[in-house]
Amino acid sequence: MNVYLFTMIAAAALVTVMLRFLPFWILKGRKTPDFIVYLGSVLPYAIMGMLVVYCLKEVSLVRAPYGIPEMISVIVTVLIHRFRRSTLLSILCGTLCYMFLIQAIFR
Amino acid sequence: MHTKDSSLPAALKATIPVMSGYLVLGAGFGLLCQSSGFPAWAGILMSLIIYGGSMQFVLVGLVTSGASVLSAALTALMVQARHLFYAISMVDRYRDTGAAKPYMIFTLTDETYSLVCRDDLPEGCDPDRYRFYVSLLDHIWWVGGTVIGVLLGEILPFNTAGIEFAMTALFVTVFVEQWLSSRNHLPALIGLGSSLICLLVFGPSRFLIPAMVMITMLLSLFRKRMEQKEAER
Repeated sequence: MNVYLFTMIAAAALVTVMLRFLPFWILKGRKTPDFIVYLGSVLPYAIMGMLVVYCLKEVSLVRAPYGIPEMISVIVTVLIHRFRRSTLLSILCGTLCYMFLIQAIFR
Repeated sequence: MHTKDSSLPAALKATIPVMSGYLVLGAGFGLLCQSSGFPAWAGILMSLIIYGGSMQFVLVGLVTSGASVLSAALTALMVQARHLFYAISMVDRYRDTGAAKPYMIFTLTDETYSLVCRDDLPEGCDPDRYRFYVSLLDHIWWVGGTVIGVLLGEILPFNTAGIEFAMTALFVTVFVEQWLSSRNHLPALIGLGSSLICLLVFGPSRFLIPAMVMITMLLSLFRKRMEQKEAER
């Protein structure tokens, strides 16, 4: 378990560090390829959608509680963010809402 | 030459908003690691050497579901791709930072970038030192938050069931924020749609890699259209 855990952390760290250093190593003032610039401008939007799906991948709509706690909590998070635009507040409210729902109501 | 260098106090003041965010989110991450049954070092090591919130949260999920190292590396590549662009825009500004340069490059997170990419720095600061202190302080807030969360998980016996939703809430929040602050929603829809399709086709434990391939392909396919939309604005 510990070796696996460490390897996973190391792999993620290596890729992250590489991405941060790459431009300093290879670009050094040269022009970045257009395609890379384009991907960089659109990828963050697409990946955030992917990560939302990733978080909810185990939710079952056919088994109790039919994804209801997740649905309610996502809606709460979206609405609070829509109106207050405070990242911390949205995350805090969404998480507390979900914890309350699965600990007190959908047990 | 500065007789009185105010870089450190100025950097401290500038990082206060990041501090509140990193301490709370870092603590949430630490708690999640504890409730996922990770040893105490794992969460703290992640915050030290990965130092990227989204990726760390996803990695906890990947590890608990026993995903392959390849999928961890590919996910890091996609999730962290934006860091490439932070680095690109800092190449010139970090030219003369000397020995601190590798550390300052390593610590270029979203929040740190948002503080160091500006050129209207507080008065009486040496830009290089100011940027170094901002990078260092943000890293301290993030690791500090994680340590607090890990300790809380060790000490407090409260029921943390559902704490993992912090990750979902984080991504939903960023998704909504990006949606509200951009007019072209096609990339967001491509990400959401491709992932849903791949989830249905490949199942929860195998959909991530196909989804990343599909997203990259669709984004390349729609490049002309998106760049036209960009130009029309």
